[in-house]
Amino acid sequence: MVQFNLPQSSKIEVGKYFKDKTNSKNLKKVNVYRWDPSTKQNPRVDTFEVDMNNCGPKVLDILFKIKNEIDPSLTFRRSCAHGVCGSCAMNIDGVNTLACIKSHTDIHGDLNVYPLPHLKVVKDLIGDLTTLYKQYESIKPWLQTEQTGKEKEEIKQSQKDREKLDGYYECILCACCSTSCPSYWWNGDKYLGPAVLLQAYRWINDSRDGDKKDRLKKVADELKLYRCHTIMNCTNSCPKGLNPAKAIGSIKKMLATS
Amino acid sequence: MSAYKIIDHEYDVVVLGAGGSGLRAAVGLSEAGLKTACISKVFPTRSHTSAAQGGISAALGNMGEDDWRWHMYDTVKGSDWLGDQDAIEYLCKEAPRAVVELERYGVPFSRTDDGKIYQRPFGGMTKNYGNGTAQRTCAAADRTGHAILHTLYGQALKHNTEFFIEYFALDLIMKNGECKGVIAWNLTDGTIHRFRSHITIIATGGYGKVYYSATSAHTCTGDGNAMVLRAGLPLQDMEFVQFHPTGIYGVGCLITEGARGEGGFLVNGKGERFMERYAPNAKDLASRDVVSRSMEMEINEGRGVGKDKDHINLHLDHLDKEVLEERLPGITEAAKTFANVDVNKQPIPVVPTVHYNMGGIPTNYKAEVLTLNGSEKTVPGLMAIGEAACVSVHGANRLGSNSLIDLVVFGRAAAKRAAELVKPGMAHEEVSSSETDKCLDRFDKIRNSSGATKTAELRLNMQKTMQSKCAVFRTEKTLKEGVDQIRKPYEGMEDISVKDKSLLFNTELVETLEFDNLIRQALTTMDSAYSRKESRGAHAREDYSKRDDKNFMKHTLAWQSDKKVEIKYRDVHSRTLTNDVQYFPPKERVY
Repeated sequence: MVQFNLPQSSKIEVGKYFKDKTNSKNLKKVNVYRWDPSTKQNPRVDTFEVDMNNCGPKVLDILFKIKNEIDPSLTFRRSCAHGVCGSCAMNIDGVNTLACIKSHTDIHGDLNVYPLPHLKVVKDLIGDLTTLYKQYESIKPWLQTEQTGKEKEEIKQSQKDREKLDGYYECILCACCSTSCPSYWWNGDKYLGPAVLLQAYRWINDSRDGDKKDRLKKVADELKLYRCHTIMNCTNSCPKGLNPAKAIGSIKKMLATS
Repeated sequence: MSAYKIIDHEYDVVVLGAGGSGLRAAVGLSEAGLKTACISKVFPTRSHTSAAQGGISAALGNMGEDDWRWHMYDTVKGSDWLGDQDAIEYLCKEAPRAVVELERYGVPFSRTDDGKIYQRPFGGMTKNYGNGTAQRTCAAADRTGHAILHTLYGQALKHNTEFFIEYFALDLIMKNGECKGVIAWNLTDGTIHRFRSHITIIATGGYGKVYYSATSAHTCTGDGNAMVLRAGLPLQDMEFVQFHPTGIYGVGCLITEGARGEGGFLVNGKGERFMERYAPNAKDLASRDVVSRSMEMEINEGRGVGKDKDHINLHLDHLDKEVLEERLPGITEAAKTFANVDVNKQPIPVVPTVHYNMGGIPTNYKAEVLTLNGSEKTVPGLMAIGEAACVSVHGANRLGSNSLIDLVVFGRAAAKRAAELVKPGMAHEEVSSSETDKCLDRFDKIRNSSGATKTAELRLNMQKTMQSKCAVFRTEKTLKEGVDQIRKPYEGMEDISVKDKSLLFNTELVETLEFDNLIRQALTTMDSAYSRKESRGAHAREDYSKRDDKNFMKHTLAWQSDKKVEIKYRDVHSRTLTNDVQYFPPKERVY
């Protein structure tokens, strides 16, 4: 049988062990993926013993505690810490989510923290989202409609039409969904993935937009859209409780019935 | 400092920051045909504008009669007469057009029955010069900032704005008092970049992170403000720090004022709706400074809620389920996530939490940066907008939903003014390398710090000092102690440690540079507060409990050089911009 092996340089090694220095009786072992491209060393998993008696309730609080008190070189993105900016998306306990809203009390035993899967790693927990951002740009995420820019009043939209955007405009582009999707793992360069397709649907579905047909035509592609095989990982992972799979299904349905 | 290889760029205009104001400026500049770079330390949609919840103010009159003059009056009164009325006139008059523009960009605003933009009541927003509640705050449920930020990023993409994302700006390039560009560090590959530009627009947001508990993002470190201080220019009105009445107790997560706009109210430990006592007319919808002080007084007098009687309850449990689902879904979710509260059944524990900086880089209403050099002068080549700027439209206290409108009105104004001053493709003059060297010397010194004190320790020391000595209520004693104590973490920089010496996404170095930025602003904030011996807006002195228009109807200007902060003052503008409205003379401020 054919065997597939990771290149030697990608093998994850056992990293450093940071023993607790506070004599705390309430410790949690936190295993964190580390990789620093400037050292030319293999990625590793470091283990930190963290004192849970003096720690905030979320996984991000643990990461702050490690960075502030144990190892300042630990690298991750973070900003709002309230679940709205989408910076601290990572793989926690095997699930993609935001570190700032994930309670560590939900996780029994050791805590495992990795970058979002199948992204090129920039450093430690930071993944490279350039491709996803380019794909986002490709769906033209702006309102297309005939206007002069001198209009004095808003475009009218009924409450019913506005409601159609609920569940879609809230997307924070954290990429938890796309990086949990096996189809996106395999064909991430061509398949748009759930995050971007959800965004595409947000504009297709906006009653004010004049470009619905063209938007649909542009995503109606074997690779861009139909690589979705309704695996549903996207919907399961969305930290904002949105349903990208439903958005993709709706696009497919629109295409099938138009 | 030749050790760093420098990559050079030339642009007509450089915008620092890609939040609401930076993006709106970038869109306007691109439209005007100017070659524009937008530099941001985070991907644009991660900017803190995304956290704005309740809405954006504009006298559209969609939900009852309204007039931009009423909005102006409310803003002047909210500012406790410290706002410049020419700038406030500009803001309120331009607001309706700016909101219509946002809607036409694609912002998914909530709607009225007849399909117009939905508007909700907000603190301090009244009809007919203080008589009755106005519905003026345009909302996209309680995710208005998110909706606006994502829409503006889309517009910037549409206009092919050139972004430099995850670049950390280090310092302005100054020559003979003029700004010639900026130096930045590319985090993703570790390179240093020099951007030459005719105009640099600072849109780097507030510096809430000088405090321990703030609704602000971790990235709110006022980097642009600190660059201005290092360039030998002053910051204005830094003592005015807004405490939002409803941050979730112990967490700091924001609960929008829109929650009270939709009918929520505050209750103390005795079950009383205490705001009726402090603001008989506006009650829970008084100005934020008034509500925050009232809450602190209840807590200080032993009428708080909880085991330690140290917070207040916000009730939404009497509201219809539909109102919560349609108009307040975001905070319903936040209350569950961060306070484990079901708002349908339980109150949210809240406490006044640092939220917004009224102070910042002094500008005129065209967004041009000002300084005092004998008389009031503009700084050629430098503009500031958004929370980083102090125009001043918010004066001593900002009204809720006036910040989002500030972003887009002055973002647009900056682009307009830049297009008047710069013609596409104008030649750049030579700048000697000494400015670049000075900037990189600082960078290199901090990078190679080999002391024993962790950045996190100094930051915590600074934050705790600000929190205890420069809070909602201030006295001569606490401020004097603050003035002394805040210099300790500054001195601590001498012994700071940066272990990670790498250049590639070195967030330890980023945090240390951010601390260097924060501590300068902490110094100016504390010293400005100590020097203002009156109570006005968010600056409440227990020992000088009255507003003193005779001595303090003026803006504080603070220059920082090492540990020394020099304070001067400039008069508040006692004029409007046009004859469309008359100057509102100061009077007693009651809600």
